[in-house]
Amino acid sequence: MDINAKHSMQPEVYLDNGATTRVDERVAQAAMEAMLVAWGNPSSAHKLGVEAARRVAEARARVAAALGCVAAEVTFTSGGTEANAIVLGGVAARAKHVVVSAFEHPSVADAAKALAERGVEVTVVAPEANGVVSPDAFAAAVRADTALAACMWVQNEIGTVQPIDAIARAVKAKAPRCHVHVDGVQALGKLAVDVADAAFDSLAISAHKIHGPKGAGALWLKKGARARPLVFGGGQERGLRPGTEGVPGIVALGLACELAVAARVEAARRMEAQREQLWQAIAAAHPHARRNGEPAHSAPHILSVGFGGVPAEPLLHALEAEGVYVSAGSACHAKDKKPSATLRAIGVPDDTGVIRLSLSRFTTDVEIARAAAAVAACVRKLST
Amino acid sequence: VSAGDEVILVRWGEIFLKGDNRSFFERALVERATRAVSRSPGARTDTKVVKTHGRLVVWPGEGGTRRAVRALERVFGVSSVSPARVVARDLDAICAVAVELARVEAPKHARPTFKVESRRSDKRFTPGSMEISRIVGAAVVGALALPVDVHAPAFTIGVEIGFEHAFVFAEVVPGPGGLPVGVTGRVELLLSGGIDSPVAGWLCMKRGCALGATYFHSFPYTGEKTEDKVARLGAQLAAWQLEPLRLAVVPFTDAQKQLRDAAGNGRLAVVLYRRAMLRVAERIAARSGAKALATGEALAQVASQTLENLGVIGAATTMPILRPCLGHDKLDTVAIAQRIGTYETSIEPYDDCCSLFVPDHPETRAKLATVEALESRLDLAAMTTDLAARAVERICAP
Repeated sequence: MDINAKHSMQPEVYLDNGATTRVDERVAQAAMEAMLVAWGNPSSAHKLGVEAARRVAEARARVAAALGCVAAEVTFTSGGTEANAIVLGGVAARAKHVVVSAFEHPSVADAAKALAERGVEVTVVAPEANGVVSPDAFAAAVRADTALAACMWVQNEIGTVQPIDAIARAVKAKAPRCHVHVDGVQALGKLAVDVADAAFDSLAISAHKIHGPKGAGALWLKKGARARPLVFGGGQERGLRPGTEGVPGIVALGLACELAVAARVEAARRMEAQREQLWQAIAAAHPHARRNGEPAHSAPHILSVGFGGVPAEPLLHALEAEGVYVSAGSACHAKDKKPSATLRAIGVPDDTGVIRLSLSRFTTDVEIARAAAAVAACVRKLST
Repeated sequence: VSAGDEVILVRWGEIFLKGDNRSFFERALVERATRAVSRSPGARTDTKVVKTHGRLVVWPGEGGTRRAVRALERVFGVSSVSPARVVARDLDAICAVAVELARVEAPKHARPTFKVESRRSDKRFTPGSMEISRIVGAAVVGALALPVDVHAPAFTIGVEIGFEHAFVFAEVVPGPGGLPVGVTGRVELLLSGGIDSPVAGWLCMKRGCALGATYFHSFPYTGEKTEDKVARLGAQLAAWQLEPLRLAVVPFTDAQKQLRDAAGNGRLAVVLYRRAMLRVAERIAARSGAKALATGEALAQVASQTLENLGVIGAATTMPILRPCLGHDKLDTVAIAQRIGTYETSIEPYDDCCSLFVPDHPETRAKLATVEALESRLDLAAMTTDLAARAVERICAP
């Protein structure tokens, strides 16, 4: 069903690519082929199995090429959450002390809380008001016995880019054996990702943020870094993530990575220009709009904007009625909804409704113009 | 039907007492029970329901007993059910099955004491009920050496003598009680996404009401997720009434803004909203033949639910308003919501009404004259007609 038909005759504008992206046709075809043609079990000794194993190896090589690592360092997972979980649960299980930033994704933040409940000491480092974590502040929290430090690369709600390499170097200077983990889910396909010379030790990625399917992701684990498995089984993925490989998702992730990285330089330039157009148009219509996250330190695809006195959820729905899809958040407790720790951490006032507009490499200038007009109109309507 | 069959005995309570209406209620119960066991999801087609003297006997089909018991637990009018074995009307045969059931039942209890309870529908059968219990009990003691405890047994073996067969069972599962849905008429429920209104609807159904529901949607202040949540609550209620529930979704935003403005954004806004909702629900009720409205209101649970306010709100309609949660503490309502399965849905965090439109300190002692004076600035008849006409009907299937 065209969910738009009910409200508007204009085509939809999807600016919620931070939540998920539409699967690229070529990626969907590859997954389909893996289901209908190469459908064997990669562990089987016969040729159907060999064929499936070949696809998995090919996908692993593609992911490795996209990240700049060797294939053996790539472990396929069910997504970004599981990739983060393997590190938080499998590296830090016996840690004394762990450091995380204050605006990690729940798959890291809540895993750290679970570690704290089991007696691990957890230090949380707040970002600066510009939405960026300072390497000095982060390293200051690290001790000689810190076993794990985790900081996300691109903050998913406000789009700020963390100086992860500087953070990792600062951490290692203080605790050379500390494992540094990076949630790179929002970075791949938008920033230059090359872990070949990275100072950090592991990176989580996800297929569905880069026009691949949900349910597929990967963990890059630097050679020599150790993690214990969370589940046990038939030894797949070198025993770190056993269970029969999800071949269709893996194949799709491999191709999605390749396509995202091939398109990245041009796409990032375009998205950044579009993001600025969008902001300029919104700021022109509503001079008091608040931009969250310092633009100079932001990924090209995310624009987070707050409007004083305008409730976030109704704004989301009003935009939805115009056929424009975004996501919403606020720093305060709106009824039973959870306030955003991220928005709170960077000092967004309680009465400010925040929307996140997130672009993809398929976003067009026409869509940006339409979205800008819709935001201007809906904010005006809800301000009364 | 023959000896050895597994059946389910269904008992009913209150409807037995309804004098001349008894056969009407019993026919309704048979219809509801048949619907429950034969049409619930995954139901078998080889089920059968027969009314015998004072009991329904349900043949669930081979291997279908547990599923049928679960279905019958949701039939209003049912006081309890027992999976039972059909036995010839012969004491030796009855004793043999009783021993077999006791042998299965005893290991489930730390101290496996038991007693036997007998009931004869066919009073011509001899010996009498007391004597049957004594003989069957003695057989179980003789075979398994289990101690008898007539006051607080760990389990009870039941024996019922029908006109053609006897029935032996060891388990009594309570039903919801009440009356079969439909026997008392139709009610229009004002359904929000909260905890109270689904419970109010359930309590009406328990007293034999068939339900329709009206939901007021304030897009964009409430989103599609809220409407979807309400529709899922409707589906959960439909599962109890054993037929689809018609949900009228009323687009309320513009009217709500007019009412808010008429109330001068003041303390009476909520009273004006509630009165408008009742007027619209009354129209929708009339269209579907409902004779009353039902709400989840409880006395003094929130500031707007004072006696004064309920009076002024209720004055907006001439239809009776059922408020079955009226005497509940919140915890009472929550307990029912948990039992009937609506609680988990109700607490999902999607707003049912925007806090923007609700004054910080609502009026607790509304006066009808003041409210009517505020309303006189609006064309209420047109508003009501317009809202009722624009209501979109959805069918919530169980």
